[in-house]
Amino acid sequence: MSLEPIAFGALAAVLLASSLAVVLTKNLFHSVLYLALSLTATAGIFLALDAEFLAAVQLLLYAGGVVTIAVFAIVVTERLVGDRITQTSRYLASGAIVAGALFVAVGGIVRGVPLPISPPPMPGDVTRAIGEALLTRFVLPFELLGVLFVAALLGALYFARPDE
Amino acid sequence: MGLQAYLTLAAALFAIGLFGVVTRRNTIGILLGIELMLNAVNINLVAFARFNADPAGFIFTVFTISITVAEVALGLALVILIFRVRRTAMADHLDILRG
Repeated sequence: MSLEPIAFGALAAVLLASSLAVVLTKNLFHSVLYLALSLTATAGIFLALDAEFLAAVQLLLYAGGVVTIAVFAIVVTERLVGDRITQTSRYLASGAIVAGALFVAVGGIVRGVPLPISPPPMPGDVTRAIGEALLTRFVLPFELLGVLFVAALLGALYFARPDE
Repeated sequence: MGLQAYLTLAAALFAIGLFGVVTRRNTIGILLGIELMLNAVNINLVAFARFNADPAGFIFTVFTISITVAEVALGLALVILIFRVRRTAMADHLDILRG
C-alpha cells in the first residue's frame, strides 16, 4: 500500500515536467518528443486506475499515432520552408496568469468538495466489461465512430491530393 | 490515491496545455497544447469512471481518445495544406479570412 503514493508521485512528476517542457521548449521537434513522454506517463496513470485497456489504447493511438503524425507534419513543413522552425512564445505573462487562475479555480473547487479517498473494488475484469458494453449497449456510437473515421480519412485524402 | 489527487493532477495538466495554446505562435505548437488539454480531460474521465466502478466511463474515454486522434490528424493535415499555400505556420500570419 505504501508503494502506491510513490508510484503516483513519480508518474505525476514525469507527467507535469514533460508537459511543461512541451509548452516551453524552443525546438518544436523536442516539443513533440516531450509530448510522447507526457502521453506515455498518462498511460501509466491509466494503469494506476486499473484501466489496462485504455493504457494500451493510449500508447497505440496517442504515443504511436499522434506523435508520428506530428513528426511528419514538422518534417514536411520544415522541408517546405527550407530551414529549421524555431518557435517563439509570446504573451508569456498573460498566459501564465490565465493558466494559473484556471488551476487555482479548478483546484479550489476540487479541494472544497468531499471526494472518495480510495476507489471501490471493480466488479470483474475491466477489459472484458469494456468489450462487452462496446458491442452491446454502446454499439451505435461505436459504429458512428467508424463513420467518423471514414469521413476523416476522406478529408485527409482530399487535403493530400496533388494540385490540379 | 484519492480522487482529489487525480483531479488536481488533471487540472494542472489542463492549465499547462492552456498556457501552451495561449503563448505558442506556431500552429503545430498550439495543436500540441490542445493535445495536452484533451489528455487532462481523459485523466478526469478515467478517474471518475474508476471511482464510480462503472465501465461506461471507460468507454467514453475510448471514444474521446479516438475522436481526438482523428481531430489531430486532420488538424495537422490542415497545417500542412496552409503551409503549402502560405509558406508559414505562424498563427498570426493566417489572416486570409480577414474582411
